[in-house]
Amino acid sequence: MTFSGPTRALLRLFTALVLLFVYAPLALVVLNSFNTSRTFEWPPPGLTTRWWSAALESDGARNAIVVSLEVALIATAIALVLGTMAALALQRFRFFGRDTVSLLIILPIALPGVVTGIALANAFLTMFGIQLGMLTLVVSHATFCIVTVFNNAIARLRRLGGNLEEASMDLGAGTFRTFWSVTLPMMRSALLAGGLLSFALSFDEIIVTTFTAGQGIQTLPIWIYQNLFRPNQAPVVNVVAAALIVLSVVPIWISQKLAGTDESVAAAR
Amino acid sequence: MLWLGVLYLGSLAALFITSLWSVDAFGGNIERIWNLDNYRDLFTIEVYRTITVRTLLIAALVTVIDALLAFPIALYMAKVASPRLQRILVIAVLTPLWASYLVKAYAWRGMFASGGPLDSVGISPGYGLAATVLTLSYLWLPYMILPMYAGLERLPSSLIEASADLGAGTGTTMRRVVLPVLFPAAVAGSIFTFSLTLGDYIAVKIVGGANQMLGNVVYDSFLTGNNLPFAAAVATIPVAAMLVYLAAVRRTGALDSL
Amino acid sequence: MRRTTMARVATGAVLALALVGCGTSSGDDDGGGGGGNTGSEEQGGFTAPDIPMAESLGDNEGSLSVLAWPGYAEDGSTDKSVDWVTPFEKETGCQVEVKYFGTSDEAVSLMKSGQYDVVSASGDASLRLIAGGDVAPVNTDLIDNYADVWPFLKDRDWNSVGGQMYGVPHGYGANLLMYNTDVVDPAPTSWSAVFDDAGTYSGKVTAYDSPIYIADAALYLMNTQPDLGIKDPYALDADQLAAAVDLLKAQRDNVGEYWSDYLKETQAFKTGDSVVGTTWQVIANLAQSEGAKVEAFLPDEGSTGWSDTWMVSSKTEHPNCAYAWMNHIISPEANAAVAEWFGEAPANEKACDLTSKGFCESYHAGDEAYAEKIHYWTTPIEQCLDGRTDVTCTTYQDWTQAWTEIKG
Repeated sequence: MTFSGPTRALLRLFTALVLLFVYAPLALVVLNSFNTSRTFEWPPPGLTTRWWSAALESDGARNAIVVSLEVALIATAIALVLGTMAALALQRFRFFGRDTVSLLIILPIALPGVVTGIALANAFLTMFGIQLGMLTLVVSHATFCIVTVFNNAIARLRRLGGNLEEASMDLGAGTFRTFWSVTLPMMRSALLAGGLLSFALSFDEIIVTTFTAGQGIQTLPIWIYQNLFRPNQAPVVNVVAAALIVLSVVPIWISQKLAGTDESVAAAR
Repeated sequence: MLWLGVLYLGSLAALFITSLWSVDAFGGNIERIWNLDNYRDLFTIEVYRTITVRTLLIAALVTVIDALLAFPIALYMAKVASPRLQRILVIAVLTPLWASYLVKAYAWRGMFASGGPLDSVGISPGYGLAATVLTLSYLWLPYMILPMYAGLERLPSSLIEASADLGAGTGTTMRRVVLPVLFPAAVAGSIFTFSLTLGDYIAVKIVGGANQMLGNVVYDSFLTGNNLPFAAAVATIPVAAMLVYLAAVRRTGALDSL
Repeated sequence: MRRTTMARVATGAVLALALVGCGTSSGDDDGGGGGGNTGSEEQGGFTAPDIPMAESLGDNEGSLSVLAWPGYAEDGSTDKSVDWVTPFEKETGCQVEVKYFGTSDEAVSLMKSGQYDVVSASGDASLRLIAGGDVAPVNTDLIDNYADVWPFLKDRDWNSVGGQMYGVPHGYGANLLMYNTDVVDPAPTSWSAVFDDAGTYSGKVTAYDSPIYIADAALYLMNTQPDLGIKDPYALDADQLAAAVDLLKAQRDNVGEYWSDYLKETQAFKTGDSVVGTTWQVIANLAQSEGAKVEAFLPDEGSTGWSDTWMVSSKTEHPNCAYAWMNHIISPEANAAVAEWFGEAPANEKACDLTSKGFCESYHAGDEAYAEKIHYWTTPIEQCLDGRTDVTCTTYQDWTQAWTEIKG
């Protein structure tokens, strides 16, 4: 018993209220996906499944989801590699300016997206002379995804300390072998958590995407942005959003299972 | 490492340099003539000061509201809920992150509308700054709950019990035991809420009535006006604000608990 | 749609380059040398580069690359029933690749690459493309459906030079004044409803959220304050811009919200959060179909609006498919489909037989007197578009900054 009864009751009440605050708009989204009014009239004049069947047939939405999945997967993969390397380097080697480097890594997420967006777009176009497209988009996403992996990885490394690795080295394993058989398995759940968050960040990112994707690439948020404003398409967008809310439980649930209760902390971040 | 160093810092530096240039009269073509005109405009024309102050106030308000909302739920999740409920709550908090940002913002537009769900019970503020603050608080709330929850989870329950055993009331326990752990976590969360608000230009368009924020000025200058140098100059305001903020909170240890 | 129309005007597009007829290099010197005396060289005065025109058509080449505003070349991926690309492919054997662009600037730079065969150009891009030698004159005799295009869209200064067409007109539209018939009484007759008389419905006035909206204010001043000497709402010197800005700042106090996409405006009129303001016909129709009590009309003093043209690249390797496309896109079927999807008046007279009932009437398609009242969107540039040479006009960058100040 950590808190007195009244305190617990109060906390429970607050939690319920906050959850209500969180879910009321989402409920509205789901409700509107059945709303016969194309402009989401309140209260709904009638209910229909028309938008759901329209959404199922929409090639545009499907293609956009595929593009978003691709971008998120590649960006996350890059972030996992680079983020882990950065975490190892910072944890293992003390060097001048270590704090500065760790500050640098969090910058892409600590600075507003609109700044990151125009800075990267400007760099791609003028410094490197690359046309905006898939490549620039993935690179931009990876830039801010590294942070999430890095944070999870370094937190884990701090908690682990270096004893097991030293033992491994003492027993004659090389650096690579040690990393592969000792360090990596211990970091697995932290990387999973970081990777998942990075995936989610990339999947719903719109601001940096707007500036760095160019016209040809349509990720899901961009598709939503363009279609939300077409009167016949707005309800379809609501359907896609409602479906995503439901489907999102799956990856989160799986990761929770994989990571175990103890790691829910890390997963949460 | 090199990636971030070259790509990101390089881009920021280039952006800053661009802010010292100007566009030619034909529009769109950047003239590489060094000048401070953009900054002069920024500091002398009153409207930019107004927008900056407004944006910073909104960011601060959103951060405070999120911290207040996140605290009880994070504490409940970490210290009261059973492990099973805890896991469900984590999922419940994470799920909204997967619903599209735009769709959520538009859902709030529906909530605030005349005759909408909130108005029909008489508590809608209508479109404007209040609606913007509320919508942004809603959008960024998970980014505040999660670090707080993680921070509190690390606090051993035995400490709270010991505090109670030693005769401390709930208030004292909160202040002396919970708060010291909570603070760096809240600061970590605030980095997200603050920065996300500073850079936002979409929510205010959807629920903000006729108002605009710094993000809108950057967006309009860059995409609508094709004036990258001026957009870059405006962008230095949120960057400076964030850097000052980061420097200020560095000693709290918040950066480690991000 | 939102992106499109915003972007249509949202560009630093440099009509000046087109008028002057020289490349970007003129922008690299002091910026004045190349375009100082545009007055004498403007429309009709400049000679277009000598690009050969197709004299006859042969077999289709089998492929075509289309550069279009989003919404102008739908292939069914957005909505299965909205598709005028697939019928074209079946009919002509030309496989179509579509690339969308977001701004006129982007369209111009992409056309310079020579990778695209046809482009849908707006008024602020078309002349630049002609002057840059990027598009070829169009032999309208080879396009059967051209005969059915409204005469008042042909040989205009944004799609032709010296009587030679450089493309086929595609569609046009006007910015209208919409009001809530329940609330706004008496019914407004003039733009003064959103300017001088905006205070009547304070907090419920709406306006288009783009710097180009300054032209609406300028147009109003052109009629109400002749002393200012505004002849063209897109050619404002510093004083005229200041007057327009003052008018808009006064309007700002009464504005509930600015709109930029039609979901937002339709909702606002439906719920009564907005009761009077600018709109597009498509929004007015949507709002009415959703049960909102609104009317929209074109006030007598005229209005701003847009007009687009399909053009063919001077470097095209698929001229036959390109001509087939131009013929197809202004065919009654396709033109009607685009017009309904995009929400604008079709260019082809016969399209009106195929559009849904009342469509062309509601969009005033073919109504010449109506079309003459529209001042088509053009990008403001330093060289005054109204021919004045004694002053420098304000640019789109100036307008953008002014717009930020207006919103405050």
